[in-house]
Amino acid sequence: MTKGQAISLQKNDGGSLTAVRMGLGWQAAPRRGLFGSRTREIDLDASAVLFADKQPVDVVFFRHLVSDDGSVRHTGDNLVGGVGQGGDDEAILVDLARVPVHIDQIIFTVNSFTGQTFQEVQNAFCRLVDETNGQELARYTLAGGGAYTAQIMAKVHRVGGGWNMTALGAPANGRTFQDLMPAILPAL
Amino acid sequence: MTAELVRGQNHPLSQVRLEIRVSAGRPVTAVATLGDESGKVPGVEWVAHPGVPTLPGVEVSRQAAADHRLAVDLDAVSAAVHRVSVLLALPAGVGGPVSFGAVAAPFVAVTGLDGTEVATYTITGLDAESAVVALELYRRQGAWKVRAVGQGYAGGLTELLTDQGLPQAQRLASGINDAVVQSLARSVPAPPPRTADGDRSRQAAASALGPDQSGSPYGAQGTQGGAGPYGTGQNPQGPSGPGHPAGAAPADPDATQPTPQTPATGGPIDYSHPRRQSAAPPPPPPTAPPARPGQPARPVAGDATGWSMEERLYNQVWGMFEDLARSTAAYRSAVDFADTRMEKELDQVLSDPRSRMGGQGDAAREAAQAKHVQLVDQAREALDRDLVQLGAEADVVEPALPAAYARWDNPVWHAYRVPMEMPMAVRLGDLHLPESDPLRIPMLVRLPLERGLWIDSGRSGSSDGSFADSHELRRLAMESAVAHTARLLAVHPADEFTVHVVDPAGSGARELAPLVRSGVLAAPPAVGAAGVAAVLSQLTERVDLVQMAVRGGMADSLPPGFDTAQQLLVVNDFPHGFDDRAVTQLRYLADEGPGVGVHLMMVADREDADSYGPLLDPLWRALLRLTPVPEDHLADPWVGHAWTFEPSLVPPGSQVLQQVLAQVAAARAKY
Repeated sequence: MTKGQAISLQKNDGGSLTAVRMGLGWQAAPRRGLFGSRTREIDLDASAVLFADKQPVDVVFFRHLVSDDGSVRHTGDNLVGGVGQGGDDEAILVDLARVPVHIDQIIFTVNSFTGQTFQEVQNAFCRLVDETNGQELARYTLAGGGAYTAQIMAKVHRVGGGWNMTALGAPANGRTFQDLMPAILPAL
Repeated sequence: MTAELVRGQNHPLSQVRLEIRVSAGRPVTAVATLGDESGKVPGVEWVAHPGVPTLPGVEVSRQAAADHRLAVDLDAVSAAVHRVSVLLALPAGVGGPVSFGAVAAPFVAVTGLDGTEVATYTITGLDAESAVVALELYRRQGAWKVRAVGQGYAGGLTELLTDQGLPQAQRLASGINDAVVQSLARSVPAPPPRTADGDRSRQAAASALGPDQSGSPYGAQGTQGGAGPYGTGQNPQGPSGPGHPAGAAPADPDATQPTPQTPATGGPIDYSHPRRQSAAPPPPPPTAPPARPGQPARPVAGDATGWSMEERLYNQVWGMFEDLARSTAAYRSAVDFADTRMEKELDQVLSDPRSRMGGQGDAAREAAQAKHVQLVDQAREALDRDLVQLGAEADVVEPALPAAYARWDNPVWHAYRVPMEMPMAVRLGDLHLPESDPLRIPMLVRLPLERGLWIDSGRSGSSDGSFADSHELRRLAMESAVAHTARLLAVHPADEFTVHVVDPAGSGARELAPLVRSGVLAAPPAVGAAGVAAVLSQLTERVDLVQMAVRGGMADSLPPGFDTAQQLLVVNDFPHGFDDRAVTQLRYLADEGPGVGVHLMMVADREDADSYGPLLDPLWRALLRLTPVPEDHLADPWVGHAWTFEPSLVPPGSQVLQQVLAQVAAARAKY
C-alpha cells in the first residue's frame, strides 16, 4: 500500500468487515561500527484518535487502553519492540460494528516515545488485519521513514454504510499523540 | 545487584551454577529446551520436562506448580548446547485457566546457589497465549548471558516447540501435558482462589481501578449522595497493576494483610473450610449454540471464564455490567455530539442576515433539526440492538443465579438449603441506567466484605422530597439492612457467620423482628449505652486478639473455644447511645475489622452525627454507601456513569425471608 491509497473495507462477497486490527511492529536498528552488537531500545507507541465531524472525541493510547464505548482496544504498551520476530508489537483492535454512530473517522498514529527517528528503526510496519480470519488486508512499511519521530499512518472512515481505509503516511514529530494533533487535522 | 529485565533485554552471567525460580500464582508446567548452534532443538532428548526431568546440567520439576526452582549447571551442559530456554505452559484439560491473560503475570528470577538474585523478569503483556518462552540462557563468545524473552504462543506448547525447530513437537507436547495432568490428578489442588487472581476474561477491566481502589468495585463514592464516581474518573486506564474491577484484592497475595480467607503462610488461624478443597476439575463451561448467520449468538448462562459455575456467572454479570456501561457511553457521546452540532448550526442560522429573509432561515433550522433527529435515532438504534442482546442474556442469567446472587423473588430461594461453602460474592441490589430501563444488572460484591456497609437513612439523597417522611425512610433503611443481613447469614455456612445488633433506643425493633424471632442472632439486640459499650468492647477485643495472633504467628494465644466465624455488627440509630469511647471503637472496627473478619453495617443518617463535625468523615468514606430507596449514586469503574442502585428487598407479602431464616436457625442449633 502506498501513501494516499484507499481501500474499501467491504468484503468481496458483499458482507462488510466487523473487526479489524491495526498492528505495529518494529525492531531497534543496530548501530554500526565498534560494538556493533549493541542495540538501543526504541519505544514506539500506536494510538488511535476517534473523530466526529473533525472533532476529537476519544483517544486510545497506552494511558487509555479502551475507548469509553469499548469499540477500540489497545492490546498494551510494548516498550522495546520485537525480539527478531515479525509479529505485531502493539495492536489496536477496532470493532467496527460497535463504533458509536457519530464517529466518522479513526486516525491511527505511531510515535517514538524514546525520541529516536525512524531512521533508527528497523523493519517498522503497520498493517491492517481482518480480525475475524487473520487475513492481512494491507501493509504499510515505515521504511525510509526519515528524520521524523512520528507518522500519521492511516485513517479508517465511514463511506456510506461501510468503512474505507486510506493510507496516509504523513511524517510528523512528537512524543505522544497530543503533539500530532496539528498534523492530523489536515488529514481529516 | 539484581537486574530487572524488560522484554528483550539481556544480562551477563558470572556464575555457571544457577537456580531459576518461577512464580506464576497458578500451577504451570516448566520445561527447559536445549538449542544447538543454529538455535534449533534437534530432538526430544534435548528437552527436560516433567516426564524426563533431568538432562546433563538441567533439571526441572516433575509436576505443574505455582512455584518452580529449576537447577542449571552451565558447565555440565554439552558443548553442543548454545542455548537453554526456559518455557512455561498452562496445563491443558484440567479446567484451569487456558491463557496467561487470565492469570497474574509470571515472575522469573535467575539466582545464584546462595539465593542472591542475578536477574529478574516479570512476563507482562500476555493474553491468549498458553505457553511462553520466559528466559533463555545463551553462549556469547564463550560466556553465558540471560535474556528476557517473553514470547508467548496461543497454540501452546506444540506451537512453541515447533517454533524451536523440534520435529516431534506435537507428540512431545501432548506427552508432557499427559504427565502433568496425571500428577495433578493425584495431588489436591488449591481451591479456586477468590482473591488475587488478577484479571479475568475482561482485559479492559483489569486496570480499571488504581491501586488505591482495591477496596471494592464500587470504590470510594461520594458520601453526600452525589454521583461521585469511584473510578478514577474519565481516564481510569492507568498503568496500574492487574486487579479485577471486583477489586478482589491486590494482585500480590503476599502484599495483602492476612485475611481469614488467605491466612499468612504458617499463620495460626485457618478459617478456610476443611471441605472446600475439591480435587475434581470444574466441568467445562456451557457453550453457546452456533448462531445463525447474520444473527447474534443466543446467550447462555455461565458463558464466561471461571473455575466453577458460580465464578463464571460472577464474571458474566461483570461482563454485562461493562458492556452496558460502554454501550451507554457510545449512545450518550453520540447524543451529546448531535446536540452540540445542532446548537452550532442553529446559531449560524441566527447570525446569518440572509436567513431573516423569507423561508430560508426556517429551512436551515429544519435541516439542522432533522440532522439531529437522524443521528440520535441511529444512536438509539445501536443502543437498542445492544439492549436486546443484553436483555436476552439477563433473561437466561437471572434464573441460573445461585441464591447468593439471586433476587429474593427467584425460586432458588424457595429451594434454599444452608450452604457448605461461602460464595464468592453476594448480591446487594440492582443497578440500572435511565436509557436502559428495565434492564437490571445484579450488583455483586465480593465476600468476605472488604469494607463496611452504610445504609443511609437520611434524606441527603432523595432531595426531591418524595421521601420527605424521615420516619418512613428510617424504617425502609432498617428493612433493607435486615434483608442484607438475612442474605449474608443465609449464604454463609451455619458456623461461619455471626451477627450482633446494636439498637440503642430499640427503634428498629419492628424491622428486626424476623432476625430476633428466628433466633439467628448471637444475642438479642443490645440496647442503651451499656449495651453499646459491651458489644463494641467485645468486638474490639476480638480484632486486637486476632491481629496479635496473626502478627505473632501464635494460634495458641487465642482463648479456647474462640469463635472463628466472620462477625457482622449491625448498628442502628448511630450515634444514639454512643459516647466518645464508643465512637472511637466503632471507627477502629471500620478500619481494622474487615482484615480480621469483623464487618460493620451502619444504618444511619449522617446529619444525626453532625455534632462530631469532620471527625467522622473518614468513617463515612470507609463505608460503601447504599440507599434504602432507588438512587443514582454508584459509578462503574470504566466510564463513571451514575448508576441507580435499588436494594434487594423481599417482595411484599412473601414469607421467603422467614423460611430461609428458620433453616439458618435450625442449622446453627446443630453446632
